[in-house]
Formats: sequence, structure tokens, C-alpha cells
Amino acid sequence: MSARVITITSGKGGVGKTTATANLSAALADLGYKVVCIDADIGLRNLDVVLGLENRIVYDLVDVVEGRCKLRQAMIRDKRLEELYLIPAAQTRDKNAISPKDMQRVCDELRPDFDFIIIDSPAGIERGFKNAIAPADEVIIVTNPEVSAVRDADRIIGLVEAEQKGPAKLIVNRLNDELIERGDMLAVADVLELLAVDLIGIIPEDQAVLVSTNRGAPIALEPKSRTGQAFRDVAKRLSGQEVAYAETNGTGGLFGRLSKLIRTGGS
Amino acid sequence: MRNLSDLFGRKNSASTAKERLRLVLIHDRSTLAPGAMEALRDELVEVISRHVEVDPGEVRLELTQEGRSQRLLADIPLKRRSEPVPDEY
Ligand SMILES: Nc1ncnc2c1ncn2[C@@H]1O[C@H](COP(=O)(O)OP(=O)(O)OP(=O)(O)O)[C@@H](O)[C@H]1O
Ligand SMILES: [Mg+2]
Repeated sequence: MSARVITITSGKGGVGKTTATANLSAALADLGYKVVCIDADIGLRNLDVVLGLENRIVYDLVDVVEGRCKLRQAMIRDKRLEELYLIPAAQTRDKNAISPKDMQRVCDELRPDFDFIIIDSPAGIERGFKNAIAPADEVIIVTNPEVSAVRDADRIIGLVEAEQKGPAKLIVNRLNDELIERGDMLAVADVLELLAVDLIGIIPEDQAVLVSTNRGAPIALEPKSRTGQAFRDVAKRLSGQEVAYAETNGTGGLFGRLSKLIRTGGS
Repeated sequence: MRNLSDLFGRKNSASTAKERLRLVLIHDRSTLAPGAMEALRDELVEVISRHVEVDPGEVRLELTQEGRSQRLLADIPLKRRSEPVPDEY
């Protein structure tokens, strides 16, 4: 076994990287893959609470890198999914406590035992971002259909290409059908046309995300949730399956335009 | 999609956002310094004018996008011959 290392990043903060990391990791583990996710947001640890694993942390990524514990000791196993592990970020240190080489070393040690290593990148384009993409085989960019998030995504896509980690794939998060229909939100097709990258996921804006984060239970594990389904679809696409993009609420807006784009051969 | 603001001749905010982003991204992606286009255009006109007559006011330089790569397009109309074409036919 040799894991694929996938880094989730964005440029702009708060667009849903940690939410996507938690849900994709859970969905992949639910498909039966062995998954470890790494919180690379040193100093702003969050993946642990989103996954509901915060009470079980003893050691963190910086402890591993600085030799205070074995890698295995810093890995927390999820209660719900046998094959899902988390390596938490340090909360009291800063991003300079680890280097891109450290991240590569940690991932190389993990690779033989896993199918997927999913890394949650911090926002920005500095050290924390460089740490997060250093070991990546693939990069997923999360953006929102909003001017500053799209602009920052474009910048990051360029940097990912320059680091020879491209072509990046895109998740458009927090789509609101009603706003799109009204003409007050960029549709997925618009974002794809602007950024000229391949799509891997469309996630609706959904208050249930807040609820599941409150509970520390990823929405991807809720069988009836359409947002959960959207994350499960991304996981399937990552595993190589072709999954059509869901029609939602019968609105012509987003999906009408998207399928039009696909029919005309754009991507 | 038709909606009320369209009827009043105002573009919806999503198309405004898209158009603004299109221009911003062209600029962000470009490695050409701001103002360099003007200088480049003037120098091009100067070099080309040594060989053939052009109308400096008609020369257009434009950055275009193809996927994620950029291309510099120059449109340089040549001046017509001033003497009439001899009619030999
Ligand atoms: N699809 C969604 N619908 C509704 N709320 C969402 C959605 N995705 C994310 N959120 C909310 O947006 C907020 C930011 O999400 P998240 O922490 O995942 O972003 P981030 O990119 O990791 O942020 P940071 O840059 O600070 O690390 C959270 O409160 C989260 O619950
Ligand atoms: Mg985060």
C-alpha cells in the first residue's frame, strides 16, 4: 500500500477547508479506505473539534516532529470509523515549528500503512501553506462563489502549478441555489470558466453543516443529508468513480448552467 | 435568467462579479508590470516602422487568456499604399 497524499487548501480563510478535510476523510474511510488526516494549521488547531476527537489528544504533530513521541502515539483513532485517524496540530506553537521537509518525512512514514493521507492546510500563502503542500501528490482547492475567494483561489492554483503539484482540482463550497437563481451569486460554471481548472465537488450552503460541527459528527456520515451526499460524491470521484453532479431542488440556475457547460464540452 | 433588475436595465450582481473577476484575474496572472503595455506598444511601433509604415494610433496590444495561460496579441494594421495600383489588366 502506498497512500495518495491530498492537500486541501484555499488561499482565503474560512471557505471550508477544515470542513472539507473532515468530511472527505470520513467519507473515504466509510468507503473502506484506510485514511489519516493531518491538521497542518499549527497554532489554530480545528480539525480535532470538527471531527469530535478533541478530548483524546495527547500528542500532536509538533511533538512528532520534535521527537517527543512516536508517530503512532500522536494518531487518534476515530470512534465511528475503524480506518480513520487524525494527527492533530499543536495549539500552542506557531507555523515555524515545522518545515516542509518535516511534513514530507511524516508522510513518507505514513504512506505504507494508508490509502489516503488528507492534509488540512492553513489559509494564506506562507510557511503553513508551503508545509501543507510539500508532501502532496494532489491538491484540492476549496473556494466559495464570491469574488475574493475566487481571486485567492486563482493565486493558489498558480502557486500549486509552479510547485509542480498541479493540476489542482476544485471544490466550490456554500452554493446557494436561491441566490444563483436570482442572479446574485456566481454559478459553478462561472467559477470554472474564470479559474480554468477541473471540478471535483459542488457543496451546497447548508445550516446542517453548523449543526454537525457543533456535534463533532461529520455530515458526510449522515445518509439522508444532501450535503453529506455531496461530500460522499467527492470521495467517490477521488477513488476513481464517475459520479454525476446531483440535481438539487429542481432549480434551473446552477445545475442548468453547469450541465449546459458540460454539454458544450467545456470543463 | 430574466429577473426584475434586468428589466430595469441593471445587470445582476453575479454577472458584474464575473466581469470584474475576469479583469482582475487577467491582471493578477500577468507577469507584465503595470504600465509596461504602453511602453511595449510604443517600442513595437518604433521597430516595425523601420520596415513598414504603420499608423501608431491603430496599433492594439492585448493580453488574452487560453485556459490558464496568457497570450500577448498584437494587431498592427499596415498603412495602405498611397499611390494607386497600376491597372495593367
Ligand atoms: N457548506 C457549508 N454550509 C454552511 N456552512 C459552512 C459550509 N462549509 C463551511 N461552513 C462553515 O464555515 C465556517 C468556516 O469553515 P471551515 O472552518 O471549514 O473553514 P476553513 O477554510 O478551514 O477556515 P480557516 O481558513 O480559518 O482554517 C465554519 O463555521 C463552517 O461550519
Ligand atoms: Mg481550517
